[in-house]
Amino acid sequence: MLLLLLSLGLLLAGSALAVLFFRRPAAARAAGVAAALLASVCGLAASLQTLFSGGFSSLSLPWPVPMASFSLVLDPLAAFFLIPIFLLTGAGALYGAGYLDGNARERAGLAWGAFDLLSASMTLVVLSANAVLFMTAWELMALSSFLLVLFDHERPQARKAGYLYLVTGAAGALALLLAFSLLSPSGGPMDFARFARPGGAAAAAAFLAALCGFGLKAGFIPLHVWLPEAHPAAPSHVSAVMSGVMIKMGIYGLLRVLGFLLPWPAWWGGLILAFGAVSALGGVLFALAQHELKRLLAYSSVENMGLILMGLGLGMLAVSDGDYALAALSFSGALLHALNHSLFKGLLFMGAGSVIKSTGTGELEALGGLSKKMPVTASYFLLGSAAISGLPPFNGFVSELLLGLAGLLALGPRSRLAPWGAVVIVSLAAVGTLAAACFVKASGSVFLGLPRSRRTDGAREAGRPMLAAMAVPAAGIALVGLFPSAALRPLSAVLGSILGPGAAGFLSAYASVPLACAGAAAAGLAALLLALWTARALLLRGRKPGAGPTWDCGYAEPTPRMQYGASSFSQPLTDLFQPVIRVIGRYPRIQEYFPSGASFSTEAQPLVYNTLYTPAARRIRGLAYRFSWLQQGRLQFYIMYIAAALIGLLLWKL
Amino acid sequence: METLRPLSGLLAALLLAPLLPGVANKVKAFFGGRKGQPVLQLYYDLAKLLRKTPVYSVTSTWIFKAGPAVGLGALLLALTATPFAGRSAPLAFDGDLMLVVYLLGLARFATVLAALDTGSAFEGMGASREAQFAVFAEPAFMLGLGALACITGSVSLSGIFGALTVATWAAAAPVLLLLTAAFFVVMLAENSRVPADDPNTHLELTMIHEVMVLDHSGPDLAFILYGASLKLWFFAALIACMVLPRHSGAWATDTGLFLLAVIGVAAAVGAVESAMARLRLLKVPYLLITAFAFSALALILQLAR
Repeated sequence: MLLLLLSLGLLLAGSALAVLFFRRPAAARAAGVAAALLASVCGLAASLQTLFSGGFSSLSLPWPVPMASFSLVLDPLAAFFLIPIFLLTGAGALYGAGYLDGNARERAGLAWGAFDLLSASMTLVVLSANAVLFMTAWELMALSSFLLVLFDHERPQARKAGYLYLVTGAAGALALLLAFSLLSPSGGPMDFARFARPGGAAAAAAFLAALCGFGLKAGFIPLHVWLPEAHPAAPSHVSAVMSGVMIKMGIYGLLRVLGFLLPWPAWWGGLILAFGAVSALGGVLFALAQHELKRLLAYSSVENMGLILMGLGLGMLAVSDGDYALAALSFSGALLHALNHSLFKGLLFMGAGSVIKSTGTGELEALGGLSKKMPVTASYFLLGSAAISGLPPFNGFVSELLLGLAGLLALGPRSRLAPWGAVVIVSLAAVGTLAAACFVKASGSVFLGLPRSRRTDGAREAGRPMLAAMAVPAAGIALVGLFPSAALRPLSAVLGSILGPGAAGFLSAYASVPLACAGAAAAGLAALLLALWTARALLLRGRKPGAGPTWDCGYAEPTPRMQYGASSFSQPLTDLFQPVIRVIGRYPRIQEYFPSGASFSTEAQPLVYNTLYTPAARRIRGLAYRFSWLQQGRLQFYIMYIAAALIGLLLWKL
Repeated sequence: METLRPLSGLLAALLLAPLLPGVANKVKAFFGGRKGQPVLQLYYDLAKLLRKTPVYSVTSTWIFKAGPAVGLGALLLALTATPFAGRSAPLAFDGDLMLVVYLLGLARFATVLAALDTGSAFEGMGASREAQFAVFAEPAFMLGLGALACITGSVSLSGIFGALTVATWAAAAPVLLLLTAAFFVVMLAENSRVPADDPNTHLELTMIHEVMVLDHSGPDLAFILYGASLKLWFFAALIACMVLPRHSGAWATDTGLFLLAVIGVAAAVGAVESAMARLRLLKVPYLLITAFAFSALALILQLAR
């Protein structure tokens, strides 16, 4: 705990120093980056120690705010979510040192201040054990990330994204206030330790309010609308932190609140699983239809949140059913996927950022062939793509193995959850192949083939700090993939703090052999590939391979424009799923006999935003107009309103 | 000797897999009234390709060269988890079917990326279609395996096919028939056979798998062809395990019968290829959705039983 307090202090000091040095960008950057890196080292040490030793420590200080206390608790659940926070904010700070170098110098101070404040507030969210402190940290997190979304505020898109982000964040906070007030017994501080399950319908109301509030942060469908706008708008290292870590705070909060609400009725788990399946499939379909790299990555986060929710939902169903072995497998699959997603999504956003910094665009149709100019970035991006598609021998496979194993066990003859198990394995298979298609498209059209425009002419490999930062999540991906058994102990500790100490034993009983075998298979695969590569080298020894143009079936002059583009690659799939994706093509009608210029563009319509949010917003605005007579624009009236409200409250309480 | 027996099955698969495309071709030649190429043609091709010097496009990078090796490596590992003649595979654990399905995915991922690395319009087209059809084939396959897990109560390939007996067939014949049909359709699509794809034409716009590997040559092409035959073996072995539930216990009899069944599946592929035309490209997803429906129906029947 002491180490964590130290890293909190470091982050806050770094944030303050960076803002103070706003006139000297270099000093602000140095303060911001150094604080974030040091805090990461301290924080990682503390959280790893808690996870592997299964410790528990707490701290409580009085805080002169009504119903509040400054109480922090570090249990395995908190420690598990601290790991991605510190890994990615540390790597992100290092990356940002290179990424923000040279542009928008006058904003560097504020940007680094907000970045360190974001890291500190996420740490505090995970540690806090009092509702008032939690909400304070939660709002600080929203505020600091809002500042970072507005980093490029000259672009109207960024302003729109920031506005949407602010509004949805406020709505989520409102729902959370409701959930906490339902959970807290009246009188005294709102400490988590005093929280109890309310009786009757209030428990369901608290669950739904928490699902709504945390769901708005986690960004599952249909609460995701802000995510594909806000995440791409921020600078890339912030996108990596927001998409990789910040949305996991929603999952963390949900798990924490669910802990107060035991026992769970079966429909809660079913509802979460259904939301998860819809988000996973919908998210990846929307991602497939995008042709801007960072938007594609943002939609893919919606997909991965869906996979995590599917695991949580199946686990909750299993707990309601009394099948703790199945619950242990599903929960650990979901938790491990949360960690894995932060690793590969962080890596992918950093890779995308390097491309954008180097070429000035993230449009897939304007890129191509970058693996020759940016070989290291290309390799990292490919690694991330394979991992996010759940392919062995990388980390995504390990969590999908746990989820799939849970789904298959749910299909077993003794289980009553067979239909849910079928939903899980079918969704996993469909999402896995769609994600592979999506990321083959992304990495193929950015890094492979020939350049599709002149934008890539001046592309250069990313700078040293950026490449070094990308090595951190890349190492994590490889380590979890090759040594999955190492995750057993931390996951058991976390399960113990969610489901009670008995649940920890079930995980090692059911998952230790599959995880060990998955690790052996990953090592075997690596050895096989090495052997095949050596065999190939031996076969080619002493011979010089020929070089020539690409064989285009006899066509003499293939040009880059004849390549398959990103949209053409995904067009068969987007056509088949047209009712969901709604791709609209725009092309001018041919008017002259000899038409000269032509253009064609496609755009995927945001289905949920257009059919759910726009009508709702119109309805709310219509309602608000009816009360516009209240808005007089004169100060006296407003003071009168305040006085009337206060007197009303007094009368009510007296 | 007991420890070597699972490995003997793996060895047989590695050695005999290139026979299967030859068998299918021979059956097609028989239906066409031709003499046809030798059954061992793929062995000759592989031997020749391994000795050839490859030509690489100046557009391509190391990804193009690594693609065939990764694809072959993934399939080799998948075969170590494939049951042989009702006996346990060398690699068998709870959830190994997830590993196998994802290894097939890895092979596809590597092949598709290698195709995109050439910057060729044709190969991009094939890559796009391969990615598209996998989206429908893999859920059908996974759900079919899930239904088998539901019947046998086991969640590993070796466990499932070891538990499949004559009694299981007697009790759940419609379910198992539906699943066999679903697996057969998935096999045809995954191995780019008629009616999903045509392995004979290389330059048609309708091609999927063959068009993706247009630029590969020499040992790389040999890796791809050998990998494709291993993939055919994998599916044929699963279907042979489905339709051969009786195990005498005698090692030689079981092995012989199983090999006959695998070759029979390859002959059935050839027969289908001779009897029907390739579907229009737009209809292939519907074929795979039919396979998915078979798997789903099998699961529903099983749950209602």
